[in-house]
Amino acid sequence: MSQQSLTPERARQHWADTYRLMWIVLAIWFFFGFVIHLFARQLNEIVIFGFPLGFYMAAQGSLIAFVVLIFWYAARQNRIDEDYGVAEDQ
Amino acid sequence: MKNGAKGDFIDNLGKIYGIYTGGFIGFVLLLWLLSSVGVPDKIIGYLFVFLTIAVYAVIGIVSRTAQISEYYVAGRRVPAFYNGMATGSDWMSAASFIGMAGTLYALGYDGLAFVLGWTGGYVLVAVLLAPYLRKFGQFTVPDFLGARYGGNLARFIGILVLLAASFTYVVAQVYGVGIIASRFLGISFEIAVFVGLLGILVCSMLGGMRAVTWTQVAQYIILIIAYLVPVVLLSADRTGVPIPQLMYGQVLQQITDLEAQLGVAKNHVAPFVGATGAYDTTALLNFFALTFCLMVGTAALPHILMRYFTTPSVREARKSVGWSLFFIFLLYFTAPSYAAFAKLEVYQNVIGQQITDLPAWVTLWGRAGIDLVGACDAVNAAEVYKMCAGVTGNADGVLQLAEFKINNDAIVLATPEIAGLPYVVSGLVAAGGLAAALSTADGLLLAIANALSHDVYYRMLDPHANTKRRLVVARVLLVVVAIIAAYVASTKPAGILAMVAWAFSIAASGLFPALVMGIWSKRTTSVGACLGMLAGFGTCLFYLVMTQFYPAEFISMFKSADIVQQLQALMAKVAEAQAAVAAAGGEAAPTELKTAAAAATADLTKFQTANAHWWGIKNVSCGLFGIPVAFIVTWVVSRLTPAPSQEMQDFIDSIRIPRGVVLETRGSAAVE
Repeated sequence: MSQQSLTPERARQHWADTYRLMWIVLAIWFFFGFVIHLFARQLNEIVIFGFPLGFYMAAQGSLIAFVVLIFWYAARQNRIDEDYGVAEDQ
Repeated sequence: MKNGAKGDFIDNLGKIYGIYTGGFIGFVLLLWLLSSVGVPDKIIGYLFVFLTIAVYAVIGIVSRTAQISEYYVAGRRVPAFYNGMATGSDWMSAASFIGMAGTLYALGYDGLAFVLGWTGGYVLVAVLLAPYLRKFGQFTVPDFLGARYGGNLARFIGILVLLAASFTYVVAQVYGVGIIASRFLGISFEIAVFVGLLGILVCSMLGGMRAVTWTQVAQYIILIIAYLVPVVLLSADRTGVPIPQLMYGQVLQQITDLEAQLGVAKNHVAPFVGATGAYDTTALLNFFALTFCLMVGTAALPHILMRYFTTPSVREARKSVGWSLFFIFLLYFTAPSYAAFAKLEVYQNVIGQQITDLPAWVTLWGRAGIDLVGACDAVNAAEVYKMCAGVTGNADGVLQLAEFKINNDAIVLATPEIAGLPYVVSGLVAAGGLAAALSTADGLLLAIANALSHDVYYRMLDPHANTKRRLVVARVLLVVVAIIAAYVASTKPAGILAMVAWAFSIAASGLFPALVMGIWSKRTTSVGACLGMLAGFGTCLFYLVMTQFYPAEFISMFKSADIVQQLQALMAKVAEAQAAVAAAGGEAAPTELKTAAAAATADLTKFQTANAHWWGIKNVSCGLFGIPVAFIVTWVVSRLTPAPSQEMQDFIDSIRIPRGVVLETRGSAAVE
């Protein structure tokens, strides 16, 4: 790992941070992909702008959450890489 | 776009595609003008289909290349934004473009499993795979398996899964191209398939990934314009606001009210309901099982993953996944509004109307040769409308709900007529559907041909082949695979759309665990991964094939003695009834004997469908069993076998960080 100018300890920390971010993102993904839709029947009681909320979440809400989540993840992971000095040269 | 000018081309992408988009809009307006001065519809249809294919062909020819890295990964110079667009059209097929809105129309809430599943998977791609595969570099997904799991066995299993998943998928795309081309050009389906094939080959053969990338961006622009225009105009016409994604909330309310009046049992917005409209846990289970399999399958399909090999950096690869999903999202969050507007139109202006007062689009899309809609009031309606087969109307002159039949594909295709738009919009929709099918077929064909030429031929058979020879082999294989796919599609294999859904479960079970654990767990060994891939792939395939084709054997293997006894009783009844028919002279037997035999067979089939499954899970979701099996086998076997070498551990470290070079392993000799 000489060419990466990272001590083994720093490399471990970098991966631990990356690992933590991965689980955070997967938890949010799981919430918007599955958990919230378990309550679709109850959420449908709430109607906003004509949309029953349970239907809306599966048709639009979760999709928006996924798009935002990926851009957020990309920014966070880039910051981690920069903090450890392992980002690519621009 | 010659090599020297490549830098200029990349710098000017915004300008080039801006001019292209403007040109396309101008082209549509010109055709609208031509159409309004009386140029026949057929000519308009021809112009749309042939001129768009000609544009793709020009891009394909201009992007031709003789360099290996240009051919396989577009020189790794595709910016995140444009790679996102290319991935969008690579991803969205004829099924998404034409079929999705229809599925939502038919299934209501429960169809949203497709919308969720086909978008949520990109989160997995972004976090678990894309950046690391990009850092690994090289050319294909099997390349990664070969490098990480020490050579050709893992590579070979990966190729098997890739072929099983991608080939059924590409056949479905060629089939879609054939349907669109035959409908809008008025030529026979078999010829249309081969016309479509030419369109596909001309894009991909000369320029490989480079040509496919720039063509897919062009195709995305056409398909998204074509998808949005009809429903935006419909929304403006019906609600006064041209934002269908927002306005269909009101439409959903009207649908709910009309459902109560019409006595519809299965409400459009009601989640997890069976046929009777009551809450059903099996429906809930299948909703989540399908969502899960489609998500994980998205993150395992090689033609999608290989697009992230083409970005200039790991950073760009991550961002690119975000753009991909954004561009896919634009179409997917519009699809439910298509379904809602169509349903409102049907409930308001079709059901309960006098047969003589039906809107024009019903007869237009129901006429012979198109056969996508049926108004089945007459007792012998099937003689006029093919869709009415098996429906006996009450002939009271009014169309009841049960007397109206509509094919899923008609929802998107008929929207221009429902909104009363000029024919030019229908031509636009055809061009969009064609772009969607062609772009996906291109990506899939390239994934298959690259696996065969790069992984099988170069990596496994002849590692000393020179550049020229490798490119010749790649092109020949591309043509051969394309011709086989077109041949299979021209035989119109049954159940092709179900097979596409199977492809996701197959890819998810066979590839996803090995790819993810290869990056995220250093302890994963070659033996573990190979056995895991085989176990996942095998489990999924076993469940699919047994429940689909051998339900009786499946029931005998897994169900309680009580059910098996019932099955045997039904089978005995069928045998008895058939023996009676045979004894009475086969074909010449009295009708009541034949009817009895048919009824007994129907009973048996119904019983088998109702019982041949585990916990009610439909077989499209076989990944629900395959994925965990693959993970568990990989994990357990990896712990029982010696840990990977230090060399392998260093290799994994080197792909986990964006900076620096990727170390070599035994299975990954450097590629030029």
